[in-house]
Amino acid sequence: MSETMRGIEELTDASYEYGFSTDLDTDVAPPGLTEETVRLIASKKDEPEWLLEWRLKAFAAWQEMEEPDWAKLQIAPIDYQSISYWAAPRQKPVLDSMDDVDPEIRDMFDKLGIPLHEQKMLSNVAVDAIVDSVSVTTTFKATLAEAGVIFCSFSEAVQDHPELVREHLGSVVPIRDNFFAALNSAVFSDGSFCYIPKGVRCPMELSTYFRINSMNTGQFERTLIVAEDDAHVSYLEGCTAPQRDENQLHAAVVELVAKDRAEIKYSTVQNWYPGDENGVGGIYNFVTKRGRAHTDAKISWTQVETGSAITWKYPSVILQGDRSIGEFYSVALTSKHQQADTGTKMIHIGADTTSSIISKGISAAKGQNTYRGLVKMMRSAENARNYTQCDSLLLGKECGAHTVPYIEVKNPTAQVEHEASTSTVGEDQLYYCRQRGMNEEDAMAMIVNGFCREVFDELPMEFAVEAQRLLSVSLEGSVG
Amino acid sequence: MLHVENLTVAIGDTPILKGLDLDVGAGEVHAIMGPNGSGKSTFAHALAGRDGYEIGGTITLDGVDLLEMEPEARAAAGIFIGFQYPVEIPGVNNMYFLRTALNSVRRTRGEDEIGARDFLQVAQEAMDLVEMKKDFLYRSVNAGFSGGEKKRNEILQMAVMQPKLAVLDETDSGLDIDALRVVAAGVNALRGPDRSMIVITHYQRLLEYIKPDFVHVMVDGKIVESGDHTLALHLEDHGYAGFVNHDLDDAPLSGATA
Repeated sequence: MSETMRGIEELTDASYEYGFSTDLDTDVAPPGLTEETVRLIASKKDEPEWLLEWRLKAFAAWQEMEEPDWAKLQIAPIDYQSISYWAAPRQKPVLDSMDDVDPEIRDMFDKLGIPLHEQKMLSNVAVDAIVDSVSVTTTFKATLAEAGVIFCSFSEAVQDHPELVREHLGSVVPIRDNFFAALNSAVFSDGSFCYIPKGVRCPMELSTYFRINSMNTGQFERTLIVAEDDAHVSYLEGCTAPQRDENQLHAAVVELVAKDRAEIKYSTVQNWYPGDENGVGGIYNFVTKRGRAHTDAKISWTQVETGSAITWKYPSVILQGDRSIGEFYSVALTSKHQQADTGTKMIHIGADTTSSIISKGISAAKGQNTYRGLVKMMRSAENARNYTQCDSLLLGKECGAHTVPYIEVKNPTAQVEHEASTSTVGEDQLYYCRQRGMNEEDAMAMIVNGFCREVFDELPMEFAVEAQRLLSVSLEGSVG
Repeated sequence: MLHVENLTVAIGDTPILKGLDLDVGAGEVHAIMGPNGSGKSTFAHALAGRDGYEIGGTITLDGVDLLEMEPEARAAAGIFIGFQYPVEIPGVNNMYFLRTALNSVRRTRGEDEIGARDFLQVAQEAMDLVEMKKDFLYRSVNAGFSGGEKKRNEILQMAVMQPKLAVLDETDSGLDIDALRVVAAGVNALRGPDRSMIVITHYQRLLEYIKPDFVHVMVDGKIVESGDHTLALHLEDHGYAGFVNHDLDDAPLSGATA
């Protein structure tokens, strides 16, 4: 092994800075999943009858389904009966103002760099903070209400806007969509709900911060964003979890509905605990994300995936309306023993629909990184177009990069373009930077960030800075 | 200033440099000429500290042992290589690269970092020197640059870094006559009493524009002849044949390129 290769190994041996756990008084259900568990969750949340029935239907469906095995992932068997499906920090029941948030929870978020005090918040971002299964607070609610925007926890939405939830829940990702979506539908605990009324441009970025804290609990969030005709919203999510030796299951569902001429931009920085350098621990991240774009609507997914032991995730767009637009920008970094099988599905139904896919996979140490994407042009998709570009970067000799594109074209006027490349961080690039005075660590971070530039350019400013930092941290280690 | 004594470099089992001696004084410009595969580029990269070389002998800069230092430390000590094949770094803009480079060496030397606005001034002056348009700063480092643009970018970097010793490795190769003139003018403007240069080239052509104080002929890993600029003219007329005492086809090639 050359010195440079050894350098790369050291660089990619990152430490996980969010690995602390907080001692919260938590209400946890005993492990196991039965119909009773589903009923318990619904009753804990005081849910209406229709939602309980919906959950039970999902549970019944899930019991008949099998885990998908087509992904290029090696996963130790998951014992669904050993997981607890409900965990909530016990805190004061009333949460009318930020002062009511449990100080320990506030401290936890301060430590994560996400102050929940509105007066302390620097950026123009409203935050919904979710610990384990429950939303603990949502900031800037009043400001948003003035614009008519509803931004609250999913549980609150069920209580306060049941008609909106009922109309859209499961409309994009049906109960039986896949194994993990069915599981989520049965036991989802909380999540965020956003509703942007007709013609409203949301006055600030909306953001949800997910934090797993408890041990041996699964986290199952449900996020629903509805943008009515001509509405615009930009939504960000961030995720971290403590460092633990057990694998923890995270199976979320996100549904987006963009009505005519509406625009939804959804950005994710996922940094769940990835496990240690021997592959012990880490989050299993199985996520179903999908949006439906109506006429002239636009849905844009941007994701930066640096965490989790396993990532199984395909944010997708159903391009239903004519001239609708779908975009997918992704950076996925796998280091240590991390495995990612991620990509997108662009389902073109409407005429003149366009989609673009830019995927950047980075593999280091023993990481395995697969891009898996489907571009489907239905018979009705006259003159639809897709452009796909998949670039893989290998840092080291024991990692892997794989590209699995699926293309189905049923309309002869549709056009599909696919470009793929695989490269290594050249020793010549590192040497060039070092000859100009940069140390190896800075040079590596700069080269990798440059590789991801097209995706980072899609992120809102604060997130782009965070993403670059995160990437550098994930790539650094004992050097320097 | 630069003192090289009995320098040997091998890549794997293949010896490339076989006992090279060279002294370069402050403010001097030395040209090194020689046939393909004689070890000219390997010498440049041995000075810069490239990985993968088995090195023997001595290299000191102002009395400091360079061989013990990492490439970035040598850069901070004032060594600059103008690459024969400048490397592309997609997605990293030239301006950011240059400022990071300059601030890296400043940090290592214990100097204050230079802010974005002040840097723009520094960059602008350097740009004027090599007649480059401003949009050049915002393009990715060398990505999609023409051969001439890449070489001009090397000189631009040299102007920003203000090195003590610049080694220009075949900066003239692939340049048309106009680009050559621009590059040479940039190099000449950067000549000074505190800056030494080693100009590596195949052809005498570049030396019409950059007048060297000394010319050395390198053959088979050694300097076999040294003289003033008239030596270059002699080579132009007679080639290297007089200095080569074995078949050139047997000369190792691997060290010749960057």
